[in-house]
Amino acid sequence: MLARNRAERRFGTGGRFVRESSLLAGIVILLCMAGAAKLSAQDKNPFANDAKAAKLGESQFRANCAFCHGLGARGGGRGPDLTRAQKRHGNADADLFRTINEGVPGTAMPPNGATQQGVGMTEEEIWQVITYIRSVQAKAPTQIMGNAAHGKELFYGNAACSTCHMIQGKGGRLGPDLSTTGSARSTEYLVESVRSPSRRLAQGISEAMKEFSQEYETVTVVTADGTKLMGVVLNEDNFTLQMMDTREQLHLLQKDKLRSYEKSRGSLMPPYDQKMLSDKDLQDLIAYLLTVGGQ
Amino acid sequence: MRSKWIKAIFFAVSMAMLVSIVAVLPAGAQVTAQRLLDSGKEPQNWLMYSGDYAGRRFSTLEQINISNASKLIPKWAYQTMAGGKFETTLLAVDGILYGTGQDNRAFALDARSGRPIWQYQRALPADIRPCCGRVNRGLAILGDKVFLGTLDAHVIALDAKTGNVVWDVTTVDYRGGYSITLAPLVIKNLVIMGVSGGEYGIRGFIDAYDAATGERQWRFYTVPAPGEPGHDTWEGESWKIGGAPAWITGTYDSATNTTFWTTGNPSPSNRGEGRAGDNLYSNSLLALDPDTGKLKWFYQFSKHDEHDYDATQVPVMVDQGEKHLIMQANRDGFFYVIDRSSGKLVYATPFAKVTWSDSKDASGTPIARKDASPTLDGNRVCPGAAGATNWMSPTYDPQTQLFYVTAREQCDVFSTAPQAYEAGHAYYGSAYFPNDDAAPFTGALRAIDPSTGKIRWEWKHPSPTWSGVLSTAGGLVFTGDAEGNFIALDATSGKALWHFQCGASVYSSPMTFELDGKQYVAVAAGSALFTFALP
Repeated sequence: MLARNRAERRFGTGGRFVRESSLLAGIVILLCMAGAAKLSAQDKNPFANDAKAAKLGESQFRANCAFCHGLGARGGGRGPDLTRAQKRHGNADADLFRTINEGVPGTAMPPNGATQQGVGMTEEEIWQVITYIRSVQAKAPTQIMGNAAHGKELFYGNAACSTCHMIQGKGGRLGPDLSTTGSARSTEYLVESVRSPSRRLAQGISEAMKEFSQEYETVTVVTADGTKLMGVVLNEDNFTLQMMDTREQLHLLQKDKLRSYEKSRGSLMPPYDQKMLSDKDLQDLIAYLLTVGGQ
Repeated sequence: MRSKWIKAIFFAVSMAMLVSIVAVLPAGAQVTAQRLLDSGKEPQNWLMYSGDYAGRRFSTLEQINISNASKLIPKWAYQTMAGGKFETTLLAVDGILYGTGQDNRAFALDARSGRPIWQYQRALPADIRPCCGRVNRGLAILGDKVFLGTLDAHVIALDAKTGNVVWDVTTVDYRGGYSITLAPLVIKNLVIMGVSGGEYGIRGFIDAYDAATGERQWRFYTVPAPGEPGHDTWEGESWKIGGAPAWITGTYDSATNTTFWTTGNPSPSNRGEGRAGDNLYSNSLLALDPDTGKLKWFYQFSKHDEHDYDATQVPVMVDQGEKHLIMQANRDGFFYVIDRSSGKLVYATPFAKVTWSDSKDASGTPIARKDASPTLDGNRVCPGAAGATNWMSPTYDPQTQLFYVTAREQCDVFSTAPQAYEAGHAYYGSAYFPNDDAAPFTGALRAIDPSTGKIRWEWKHPSPTWSGVLSTAGGLVFTGDAEGNFIALDATSGKALWHFQCGASVYSSPMTFELDGKQYVAVAAGSALFTFALP
């Protein structure tokens, strides 16, 4: 459905969803889009600063977006905090429209109408949602508090984050890649992830038709030959387990061949308390994540 | 001499024609209303959505059984190449399979090879409003036609041999938020179906169309109009947009000439304010006369629902001695047993985690807790909005006398906020979110003993699944999981005997058929149909 929606529900210059009735029509539309998209009226929100539209948009937001982005657009476990002025995938009206309508490939953000829960929105409703987001977002980019350079030193040095986490290709593999985390998560979420990593486990692989993502659960197994392995679950089903051990070795196992199999929702990451990481250092670390994530 | 030759040739040709007629007869034989009534006599076929009028999704085929299920192998796959949820249950009729795909595709396949005989796809308007995917659950068949309900709220008869459109009727203007996703049910000469649209403030209905012409024979509105019984269960004008869609296939008791249909949530689903009252006939079991559409009786499950607990689960007919019952594992988390002669509840007992209700009325029907209502900031309630189960079919196995259902253990945070109704626009009265419990959501196939309401065994799924369940006389139950496995279990013990990784979550209910003395089991997963048989 994802691909199909993108192919069939193009946003034409007339400001309406058009269905391709022929290849020719499609080409004409594409040409129109290429030629006029930058200048056409739909790049501007027709409801900008309209309080009534923002209210309608809030209803749409609750029904279609809050599932991931949280009530009040402040970010949830899966979606970024949209009250920030910065948006990773563009902050112009047309960018927001495109992100909502077409989704973001490679992320959990689906095209409009392609979620398995909730309904799709009309063009008008998307603009209402954008009006709502504008009404709750910060007016200017917030100054990042903290010393990002020192945060980077901590990440690769004393805090030892890079033992398990990678940023822009450098670091370990056991935990999630943190290159874009700064823009994808709220600051509260980042703080919680460092101070109490077991409270909400990070999400791993999301399969196309599966409702829930795999999480970074801890697993301990004893194989048929008595080898004990501990690591994170990369994926699993009732019959098989794909895991990475603490030495970053992959193990692809059949559960019925294991001597024992034990899973825990305690994260392999230690909780960083004040002694391990002061509030000041944590702020610097988050400043680094936000800086990198915004790039 | 010449005439003798001509006679001989004529004779030979006649014989050849006769032989060929005999050879093709099974594929050409028409499905009569009587064959549908007697579906149990031809277990090689699967003539309607749930396999029989009782809605049991049980087959007497036993070639595949507990002793050999571990040897099952895939025989062929058919790819629709369409994305989204693939929810069809195939019909099997004398060597031909009929099914539907995403975006109102329909097809007929050679059951031996999976090769298509015809393929159909409806040109849908761009502004259709299906709530939960561009899905369809299957066809119904009668005579030389198969019947399809569409996402733009039409009912279409396709020629079973060619896929050509024979008739096409509009049930209602889809722009009001109506769509059709269920497989219709054929009773006598009527095609009976209901609508989806509980997320759009529709006024639900169940229709019957003449299978030959498409002419509508009756309509039963699931929300009563002024002056009709039950209308006083709606506040003010709220009945006009009261919802109560009927989006899962019903069942039929020919002994009493009664068809049983179930209905979904009142609209808006997450906000009870403005629709004070029980909101009949939302979340109800309806006993209708199939000839006239007249209501014989009804039973309402969760009254004045605020958690999207559609009762749209197949109402399964089960006879226990002299007792004629309907069993339903409901989305609200209770397993209900109802006397289908009177509509009286026998009992209701939870089969999954329930927090929305902690008491029952005099009839034994669960009552909602006052503090279970959605709030502006959200209120955590179990089951979640997707329910303790959903549209995926359960099965009743008369051999084990157990009722098997896919259970989902998921709670949600339900929020509510005022929302103005606009025709054709989503109308939830806010929404729901997964809560951030420490424990992940799970699922299970549960075997319920209807004589006690107790769970005999369960097979745990790593995450909630949308697969239905099939039981067979081979002592097996078949189901799928969200991780992509299609699984055969021992119906008595719940032990897994075999599985196959389909490569994508199973969002459908399996079926079985027999051809050339070989039993097949079929299921849709991802974009493909898979069939399995013994080597």
